[in-house]
Amino acid sequence: MAKVTIPIGPQHPALKEPASFNITLDGEKIVHMTLKLGYNHRGIEKAAESRTYIQNIYLLERVCGICSHSHSSCYVQCVEDIAALEVPKRALYIRSLVGELERLHSHLLWLGVAGHEVGFDTLLMYTWRDREIVMDLLSMLTGNRVNYGINTIGGVRRDITKDQIKDILVAVDKLEEETKYYAQVATQEVTLAKRLSRVGKLSHEDAVKLGAVGPTARASNVDRDIRRDDPYAAYGEISFKVITDNHNDVYGRTLVRIGELLESYNMIRQIVKNIPDGPITVKAPRRIPVGEAVSRCEAPRGEDMHYIKSNGSDKPERVKVRAPTLANVQAVAKMLENGYLADVPIVIAAIDPCFSCTDRTTIAVKDGKKTRGLIEWKDLRKYSIEWYKKNEGIDLSKIKLQNEK
Amino acid sequence: MIRPGRMFLKVICSFFKKPATSMYPFIKIEKPAKFRGKLKFYQERCIGCKLCMKDCPSNAITIVNVGQPAAQNAAGAEPQKPAEKKFEAIVDLDKCLYCAQCVDSCMKKALEATREFELASLDHKKLKVKI
Repeated sequence: MAKVTIPIGPQHPALKEPASFNITLDGEKIVHMTLKLGYNHRGIEKAAESRTYIQNIYLLERVCGICSHSHSSCYVQCVEDIAALEVPKRALYIRSLVGELERLHSHLLWLGVAGHEVGFDTLLMYTWRDREIVMDLLSMLTGNRVNYGINTIGGVRRDITKDQIKDILVAVDKLEEETKYYAQVATQEVTLAKRLSRVGKLSHEDAVKLGAVGPTARASNVDRDIRRDDPYAAYGEISFKVITDNHNDVYGRTLVRIGELLESYNMIRQIVKNIPDGPITVKAPRRIPVGEAVSRCEAPRGEDMHYIKSNGSDKPERVKVRAPTLANVQAVAKMLENGYLADVPIVIAAIDPCFSCTDRTTIAVKDGKKTRGLIEWKDLRKYSIEWYKKNEGIDLSKIKLQNEK
Repeated sequence: MIRPGRMFLKVICSFFKKPATSMYPFIKIEKPAKFRGKLKFYQERCIGCKLCMKDCPSNAITIVNVGQPAAQNAAGAEPQKPAEKKFEAIVDLDKCLYCAQCVDSCMKKALEATREFELASLDHKKLKVKI
């Protein structure tokens, strides 16, 4: 039988973000898959170069709507590293606390999305109802539900009170009880367990070879976690287990995430119990000395990495962001190989993708041909003006840039 | 033990519970104390350093001097009245990120984040407001 290639995306009802998948099928079996990104490139890295270090905290926080705290933590750690600032311990504990709360809401969200992708919407309704508890906690601690804005260079912006600690503990107890129930549902509910088992297989060797990170890697028994391997914030002083699983499939990824939820509850209890007194911020200079730094954070989806190069001014010279999905997306093609077409949504959803965070590149186009060469900023602007004039009939040449004469 | 219908009991119990959602426009939940809503400006405290303008990630805030200029009577003579320093803050509500960095940057505590968040408007011009 002839092989058929089906394009899925860039707009597809199962995925809420634009990404294009070309899937070659033999019957309903997947032979090959290619992924095309680049529909949502937002130019954040370039924008960061024309903003000050303080403005960039809020810009880089908006790289992702779910791991917003991980991105801003990663960024401020880089800047603090270059400026050799010693962040107070209380601030580090608050960063870890918000980081763990973020993990809770991200994993609960994923559990709901996974339920939705396999047609088990009851699970979606219940997990998202419980997720509201975490969102309310975050709103109470930081002032917002999504872009928390808690980090600043040299510490955190808001302190926590004893009353808030009591509220956190009450909410954590309630959530732990609910999560234990979801753990039972995931392992005992036959429709869910059988639908997720043996779907999206990724062997240990492939996970290591393709550089998978986070729960995707840990579900293939790769014992890797930045919180333990390269401790940041207050993770060096908290005892916790890194959850791994050897199912190597979507079921394993579900178990890892539920296990991480249960582990996070214990970590939050430890953080609020051991939080030291003292200041929450140190004074940071506006001009950061010359230097460069790389910082890593364990976002709910996996390892997040930022690189910053400073030239001594109040604006960074280069900001580079590697979101966790970019590391995991390579593994999706392997997971889908020899799978079935019906499994595509859940396998893609199993890495908890975030394509807007991943779109970090532009492809230079010269004379209608894709080239790998570099293109100057001036030429790129000229090209875009000509392109719009020719294809859309819009003349943008009258718009002058701030630094353009 | 694997068995079907693991969530049935929970679903049936939910029939007898109050809804998890609230009827938003009619019932309003109070926002937390740290909520970052519309800004409030204390004119008497502002010294016009414009640090809030410098730190704003989206250039949403503008501080303008609305005081009287120095009164000149004759050429070369000393002004009778020195220039009055009185500042006004104009915020683009549609540009604002509600990060409240300006509140942190202000050394004189002339800015404050309130709990007001229902700021939507159909008219774009109405979103540029004097606070």
